[in-house]
Amino acid sequence: MAEGTFLSMALTGALILGQILLVTVPLLLAVAMLTYAERKVIGAIQLRKGPNVVGPFGLFQPFADALKLLTKETIVPTGANRIVFMMAPMLTLLLSLVAWAVIPFDAGWVIADINVGILYLFAISSLGVYGIIMAGWASNSKYAFLGAMRSAAQMVSYEVSIGFVIITVLLCVGSLNLSDIVNAQKNMWFFIPLFPMFVIFFVSALAETNRSPFDLPEGESEIVAGYFVEYSSMSFAMFFLGEYAAMILMSGMVSILFLGGWLPPFDIAPFNWIPGIVWFALKTALCLFVFLWVRATMPRYRYDQLMRLGWKIFLPFSLFWVVATAGVLMATGWIPR
Amino acid sequence: MAGNINQGAKALLLSELVSGMALTLKYFFKPKVTLNYPYEKGPISPRFRGEHALRRYASGEERCIACKLCEAVCPAQAITIEAEPRADGSRRTTRYDIDMTKCIYCGFCQEACPVDAIVEGPNFEFSTETREELMYNKDKLLSNGDRWETEIAHSLAADAPYR
Amino acid sequence: MLAAIVFYVFAAILVASAAMVIVARNPVHSVLFLILCFFNAAGLFVLMGAEFLAMILVVVYVGAVAVLFLFVVMMLDVDFVKLREGFARYLPVGAAVGLVLAAELVFVLAPWAFSASVPEAISVPIPDPGEIHNTKAIGLVLYTDYAYLFQAAGLVLLVAMVGAIVLTLRDREGVKRQSIARQVARTRGQGVETVSVKSREGVDV
Repeated sequence: MAEGTFLSMALTGALILGQILLVTVPLLLAVAMLTYAERKVIGAIQLRKGPNVVGPFGLFQPFADALKLLTKETIVPTGANRIVFMMAPMLTLLLSLVAWAVIPFDAGWVIADINVGILYLFAISSLGVYGIIMAGWASNSKYAFLGAMRSAAQMVSYEVSIGFVIITVLLCVGSLNLSDIVNAQKNMWFFIPLFPMFVIFFVSALAETNRSPFDLPEGESEIVAGYFVEYSSMSFAMFFLGEYAAMILMSGMVSILFLGGWLPPFDIAPFNWIPGIVWFALKTALCLFVFLWVRATMPRYRYDQLMRLGWKIFLPFSLFWVVATAGVLMATGWIPR
Repeated sequence: MAGNINQGAKALLLSELVSGMALTLKYFFKPKVTLNYPYEKGPISPRFRGEHALRRYASGEERCIACKLCEAVCPAQAITIEAEPRADGSRRTTRYDIDMTKCIYCGFCQEACPVDAIVEGPNFEFSTETREELMYNKDKLLSNGDRWETEIAHSLAADAPYR
Repeated sequence: MLAAIVFYVFAAILVASAAMVIVARNPVHSVLFLILCFFNAAGLFVLMGAEFLAMILVVVYVGAVAVLFLFVVMMLDVDFVKLREGFARYLPVGAAVGLVLAAELVFVLAPWAFSASVPEAISVPIPDPGEIHNTKAIGLVLYTDYAYLFQAAGLVLLVAMVGAIVLTLRDREGVKRQSIARQVARTRGQGVETVSVKSREGVDV
């Protein structure tokens, strides 16, 4: 009896481990491909070719870069707080990976289908700021500290509007479970009725992941590289991986909350033959493309304008939309029970 | 008033953002202008001043007569020449060194040369792994001349009408 | 059995990190331990089946409050040598205060008795998670029975926020401010004038 339960526990553990690997490994590959895609897309927009030497079409460039970073020396500054300094990049990478536990890739394809999935995602993304603050403080360098402060203020500000956007979506679904959110979009993807919130969420996602045009925390013209100036080698690579995994996560969130997750655009013959995970990947890739496209288009925001956008425009606007959505749902009786 | 409404609508619909994004998307699909450098190269002017070379006459006799005008004119003092009469009585250099790390590629040496002996050829891909390799001596310069003679003659001919 | 192990792990780390919050010499380390503490508390909530509370704990305390703590603490320039200077001098006073507090705690806790209704309240049947999940359960109580208290709590926070702004806001004279709306609304017609200038005559601007 005891032996049987132990065996079954071990089996469950192995199964969970397998699932985690099944998500993490392709995710890390996707991160590698994203860095490649970023250089290709921005290159194309600037009429350049981008990396095209290592491997076919330069596809192996990210691996060459990773190898280069791996072989470099890890430098810990003299005045740095060693433990916190080394913990920060690990935390960043860890947080951007654990969030994927609740992402449904297809109907039922999710490691942990918890009831408060969207809150879990929100919680994890709000923790991302710790990696940055810890890095900035532990580096004992003014540029890193300034970058960390900028980043912390920025992420905390934009989280508020992200929260409100999530609330409007939740109002329309009546559940915090991500699979339920996707299933609620069977008839209409939420980006049509909630288009303004879709835009706000996307822009806030840019700010939340410190992407251009909101990449002030690493604004190289002012503070060199922001919070990761002092990092090198593997610890730098971890920050890099974490940042790009967070980008993919945010794109995944956009496609789950607004673009119908794994659902095909039309539930008719040629579309619903394609498996859901392909649709999910396509939608996420589209969002990522827009991330890169925006980076190639927009100049960097000034810091006070960034704060103004977050607190004076997005916050009231999204609050208004929460109230308006709730009002419409109540008035028409569409509110889900 | 109408202007205000127009402006408000523009701001609300992010029209300027969208038009900017449309522009970059248009460029995304345009043909790329990158030269795939080691395999594709841009055109070079006949006046291009690249790696130095010492030329010979068609007979194989070296052109340089050791007048040391190039040494005198060189603003970076990169050229060192020593000369002695040769067995047949003609004045020739025994030493003709160019320190390529000092050279600023101004082209004064080829302008000063009365016999078109020292020229700056079209070659710009002569990077080396050690500093010593950039200290060119007479042998190196002569062999450069032999190697690049066709190109050098061609560009000299192309530039001749303008001189 | 597994749940018990997980519980004890969470609880042990919780208590240990709570102790470290006080013991750690570096205030930033203290805040980091506090965050660890919050995390383990959230873990305990999850074990109890209260995922919603756990997530809210992480979002609110770890994601917002502790960030501000960390912000403030990181800015402090603590001189440890100076801190330790008066240690011996203040020790008796500190010890006395500690003793008084401990005594008070004993006085308060000694006659502590659970009210008769507590066992009842604890044994209120928890609805089956399949039937109603805890998010909904909290909502049903919070927005009905405790709606006024909930609103009052919101009001208190609003007052605090307004107070903070009133205390720190100062209106300075003679500051030029940027009006982004005006800048954006400026058109080419307002800013640029094309004049064809005749030769040798110039133009009055």
